[in-house]
Amino acid sequence: MDNYNFPDQNGHFGPYGGTFVAETLIEALDELKEMYNQFKDDKEFLNEFHHDLKHFVGRPSPIYFAERLTHKIGGAKIYFKREDLNHTGAHKVNNTVGQALLAKKMGKPRVIAETGAGQHGVATATIAARLGLECVVYMGAEDVKRQSPNVYRMKLLGAKVVPVESGSKTLKDALNEALRDWVTNVSNTFYIIGTVAGPHPYPMMVRDFNSVVGKEAIGQMDELEGKQPDAVVACVGGGSNAMGIFYPYIPYKETRLIGVEAAGHGIETGKHAAPLTANSPVGVLHGNRTYMMQNEEGQIIETHSVSAGLDYPGVGPEHSWLKDTGRAEYVAVNDDEALAAFHNLCKTEGIIPALETSHAIAYAEKLAKELPKDKTILVNLSGRGDKDINTVANIAGIKI
Amino acid sequence: MSRISKTFSLLKSNNKKALIPFITAGDPSVEMTKKILHQLVESGADMIELGIPFSDPMADGPVIQRASERALANNVGIRKTFEIAKEFRNTDQDTPLILMGYANPIEAIGFDEFLRLCKEADVDGIITVDYPPEESKEYVGKLKENDIDAIFLLAPTTEKERIQQIIKQATGFLYYVSLKGVTGAQNIDIDQVKHRVAEIKSLTDLPVGVGFGVRDPETAKAVASFSDAIVIGSRIIQEIEKSNENNMLENISKIIKSIREVI
Ligand SMILES: Cc1ncc(COP(=O)(O)O)c(C=O)c1O
Repeated sequence: MDNYNFPDQNGHFGPYGGTFVAETLIEALDELKEMYNQFKDDKEFLNEFHHDLKHFVGRPSPIYFAERLTHKIGGAKIYFKREDLNHTGAHKVNNTVGQALLAKKMGKPRVIAETGAGQHGVATATIAARLGLECVVYMGAEDVKRQSPNVYRMKLLGAKVVPVESGSKTLKDALNEALRDWVTNVSNTFYIIGTVAGPHPYPMMVRDFNSVVGKEAIGQMDELEGKQPDAVVACVGGGSNAMGIFYPYIPYKETRLIGVEAAGHGIETGKHAAPLTANSPVGVLHGNRTYMMQNEEGQIIETHSVSAGLDYPGVGPEHSWLKDTGRAEYVAVNDDEALAAFHNLCKTEGIIPALETSHAIAYAEKLAKELPKDKTILVNLSGRGDKDINTVANIAGIKI
Repeated sequence: MSRISKTFSLLKSNNKKALIPFITAGDPSVEMTKKILHQLVESGADMIELGIPFSDPMADGPVIQRASERALANNVGIRKTFEIAKEFRNTDQDTPLILMGYANPIEAIGFDEFLRLCKEADVDGIITVDYPPEESKEYVGKLKENDIDAIFLLAPTTEKERIQQIIKQATGFLYYVSLKGVTGAQNIDIDQVKHRVAEIKSLTDLPVGVGFGVRDPETAKAVASFSDAIVIGSRIIQEIEKSNENNMLENISKIIKSIREVI
């Protein structure tokens, strides 16, 4: 891992990643690759990107020492990287600011996105409004139901939200539908993928745009603790908040990188969304090769998680590679544990976390208990939970 | 010479173009698929494209998506597709059978098992929608070793240099996707297709088939005037959706015949 340099030129992370798409999209991906390669080291582009992150998103996001939580647990010190304080309430906006800027440079007047929890949809709609781009967001019909505040938010921002009725009606189907839109409108449309999945160059590009999280954290931890954390913990749906904080930490070998997947009703029940932890077979979907929940005949199976943003049968290909190489570890937390962590954080720290993020918090609590007090854990607090209050109230049998 | 090449040269000597209908295996049921396959041949199909059902058919429009969903509800996946193919081959040794599907089911059972099943069912060609040539070298090599045609898609967006690369790997015929969009779309622009097919033909002697937007005899006739084959899928599946068990074969037959007459 000393000279970690992935993906290769063709978007492969070891055996994972790649470009598995229908021929019609190849040209568009080649164009995107070319433009991204041109802009990713371009001073002016990066200045614009960082200007927007600072003035529109509100970066840098602080790192916060969760003192009461730490004392309550009585083990390692727990720190939070506060992505929930970003404009629109999650890490997702880092990536959309970057991709929308690229869309603008490429002269595409229309952007599309898929969304699960709605956070990426909101972030895309927001930046589209700001840049004056037409915006269409695909969202599984199931998710439209369970994330209704975000649906309305997107509409307020001027986006068109299309409920997707095919397949399992969740994030993976929204991604299929967005790809179908893109093949049809490829000349005037930029597809803003919301996580480190999809065909090359998306996994790399989304990681790069989100890696501002890890880069900031390294400086901030140095300032606060005079050392880097013993473990960095992040939840993994597609894996963008995790890659964003992990990537700059890859050379810091003393820091464990721990991705937390959704165990849903429990790995053993099969009703989960944890392909890495469950050691699912490797498969090809949405343009890349990665660990993928599927049956023996290669049909993608339905996943379950209380959190819409983690409810995805695959995972970004770079995580598959980090798992195989051992640089990152992957664990899973079930619905009940995540909900308990959600409530606990509300009351001990005055932070309402997203249900996705609650998975990372639940695992950090477990880990902190096992570690001595001089150790530190940094959790990527990927988003805030305002969007989830209906879901949480429903589970508690409360009508709001 | 492969069964596909033989069929093309025979058609050529008769001044006819190939009619290639597409249906999804197991839609509306395994039994009906078997009957439909023979009906297609009887009504004038020259080759058949049989879709392997997949849970996430991202290149397909709503009609073929629904066909896949019905097939999966009937528990038809890649293995049952091969059973259907094998039974077809037992009673029809002449009509080329092409499987069309996505990479994941093929990888899930493994290339070697996939090839064994292809040989067992005597399948003639494969179209793997999400395997562009740069990601499928090993696979395509194995297909060729086993005398199975590797049929590639070319799109309106495929640039000339890339067409030349793809032609080098392709066998059987080239499948030109007539429009930017998914299967069953309605935005075909005949003049543009004509121009592109001419360009492709100037680069290769392989036959060029056209599919994705062909829905009626008029379009079929126009497209067949400058290509070697037309593929028609969503239109037939719509007929499956509209019909009941008693009139389905007859309704499908009507569509096939109406196109056969004009190409
Ligand atoms: C707050 C939050 N965290 C995490 C995720 C999961 O996505 P990823 O794994 O790409 O970070 C989402 C997705 O919607 C989210 O909204």
